[in-house]
Amino acid sequence: MWELMLIIIPSAIAYTMPLLMGALGGLYSERSGVTNLCIEGLMLFGCFASAATIVKLQAIPGFSFNLAIVIGILVAMVASTLLAALHAIASINLKADQTISGTAINMLSTALSLFLAQTITGSGNITVVRAVIRSDVPILSKIPVLGPLFFSETYWTTWICIAVWVISYFLLYKTSFGLRLRACGEHPSAVASAGVNVHKMRYIGVLTSGLLSGLGGACILVTYAGEYNAGSGINGLGFLAIAALIFGQWKPLGILGSTAFFGLCMTIANIGRILPAFSGIPMAVLGAFPYIATLIALIFSSKKSAAPLASGQPF
Amino acid sequence: MKDKVLNKPLEAKKASPLLVSISAVIIGMLAGCLLILLIGKDPINGYKNLFMGALSNKRKIGATIGLSTQLIFAGLSFSFAYKTGLFNIGGSGQMLIGGIVCSLLAHKLPLGIPRPIYLIIIILAAICAGGLWGFISGFLKAKFNVHEVVSCIMLNWIAYWVCYDFIPRFIIDPTIAVKSAPIATERTLRSGIFGAIFGKSTTANLGFLLAIIAVVLIWFILNKTTLGFNLKAVGANKYCAEYAGIKVNKSIIISMAISGALCGLAGLSYYCGYSNIMEMGKMPSEGFDGIAVSLLGNSTPIGSLVAGLFFGILKNGKLSLVTLGIPTELADTIIAIIIYFAATNILFRNFWDGLFKKSFEKKEAYFALAVNGEKTMDQVTPEERKELIKKGKELSKTSKEVK
Repeated sequence: MWELMLIIIPSAIAYTMPLLMGALGGLYSERSGVTNLCIEGLMLFGCFASAATIVKLQAIPGFSFNLAIVIGILVAMVASTLLAALHAIASINLKADQTISGTAINMLSTALSLFLAQTITGSGNITVVRAVIRSDVPILSKIPVLGPLFFSETYWTTWICIAVWVISYFLLYKTSFGLRLRACGEHPSAVASAGVNVHKMRYIGVLTSGLLSGLGGACILVTYAGEYNAGSGINGLGFLAIAALIFGQWKPLGILGSTAFFGLCMTIANIGRILPAFSGIPMAVLGAFPYIATLIALIFSSKKSAAPLASGQPF
Repeated sequence: MKDKVLNKPLEAKKASPLLVSISAVIIGMLAGCLLILLIGKDPINGYKNLFMGALSNKRKIGATIGLSTQLIFAGLSFSFAYKTGLFNIGGSGQMLIGGIVCSLLAHKLPLGIPRPIYLIIIILAAICAGGLWGFISGFLKAKFNVHEVVSCIMLNWIAYWVCYDFIPRFIIDPTIAVKSAPIATERTLRSGIFGAIFGKSTTANLGFLLAIIAVVLIWFILNKTTLGFNLKAVGANKYCAEYAGIKVNKSIIISMAISGALCGLAGLSYYCGYSNIMEMGKMPSEGFDGIAVSLLGNSTPIGSLVAGLFFGILKNGKLSLVTLGIPTELADTIIAIIIYFAATNILFRNFWDGLFKKSFEKKEAYFALAVNGEKTMDQVTPEERKELIKKGKELSKTSKEVK
């Protein structure tokens, strides 16, 4: 059992982080009142942008591998933010149906990243030579039980994601900015009458969701995936993030719990086939497991929906 | 005649949905031009190849029709759900389920069944299988308030894994272990009629006729029946419909089931008509393209038919882009841009409305000049109006020259 946990838990953490970033991005957007179904597209584009950048940079002789990864992540964040800006313009200024606009962004992201990948590498796949190297956290990894589970062999991107989550929690719940942002999603006219620019707040919400989804997409690439694959994309991870957002009732603590749950499911689906404990189960059952678990989780959590009241309504 | 003129106050024309759709298409194509230029290729040649590749001869037209069939079904499916206020993004999963059930039947049904009965069986099976998948989403939405977009996506992936499991278990091709064994041609929807028109081994199949029947049927249901009225009422305003005594939850479930059934038929025509195999680990993109088809077609059945054919041309013609060194994904990028602009149609509406208003105001000014402001435009017949506007235009020209 201990050996099993030693394999599953660190892996589950790696799977959780991109989901957490995607869900957190969705949280910013939906709390500001813009339904964001394009997390999938934004994450995919982040994944692609970081892959293309890192491959190009690592090909330069003498260029530091780690610096290439850092630049790759930053480029991914910028690229996804640009894509999110399209969603923002459509849903805030042009008052488009936000579900449709989000779907359009998803399609655009899939097609455009594939188109660019074809142009850059000639094939739909971009494989990164070297991803983030796992390392132990000093001192903390020596703690018995917790050390080997949570602080050994970690990716440094994990700590960035956790830092982003902590900052977001503080920002959304302890500052006046956060209060305004959340109010924009509940009752925008009240916020507007208090002299706050609702459009500006919603822009911040949507663009932040692009920023974080881009980070999430880049995390997928530089941690466990190691390649941008046009065929499978990111396997609906962005939609899982949205499901996690709903399951987590649009609250930071809630989504931390729900993404951890989905991360665990994804781990079982992806590495279950090589573990002896799951050897009797057909691969398809393992593969479908996260999605079935999500559906069941949604059945129990959707009835009492705590969705922001004005989410999806143009202002 | 005069009464008719007076009854209708004159005002500037408004942009029609057709005009808005055409604008979106043009912008999408222009964006495609830009992308081709960006990678240093010739856009005119690119578009020539794209359209020639889809329409230049009978065989190619047949292939375009074969490809369009699924798009029409998927677009129709999305339109139906959208008209009733639901967002069916689960078309891919519904197609997979319809496809796998029909493939299983095509392989396992006894060979002695006469073809008409066989066809009826697989068509009904496709409707039931796709309908079931849609029903699940509708049921979860009605009973547990699960957002249909998320549940549809989850069901897509579940269908994906169901196929991943069923193909090797029941109908695997022993030589290539990642796809199902091909279905015999007489067990698919392909038919001699299409072969005679478009050449042998064309991918156009009976599914196209089914799609046209479905378009008419859905149009009839939506516009001429109580069921359609109820469903549309729920889509327009849930609370109002409930107050009027319409069972909202039942409507949601029925609507999703019908929408799913249409995608099940798309799966039938795709896997047992256009193609005769199913590949493992492949999600059909038609479910998502259906959204684009529907939006471009203004969510009407007839619109879906036309838009489906148009996207079929793009998707079939894109294969000819390879010879020019342009990635074929260009076509998908164009489709995605078109749907973005179809979604933000307010942009085009404002543009055209503004343009129409400007020209109308100009006409008004000319008219006032011609009659010295003694009459207004709705006091004369259209012919007289035209004459007077012309006269006013000349007057303003000469007065400018005098100045």
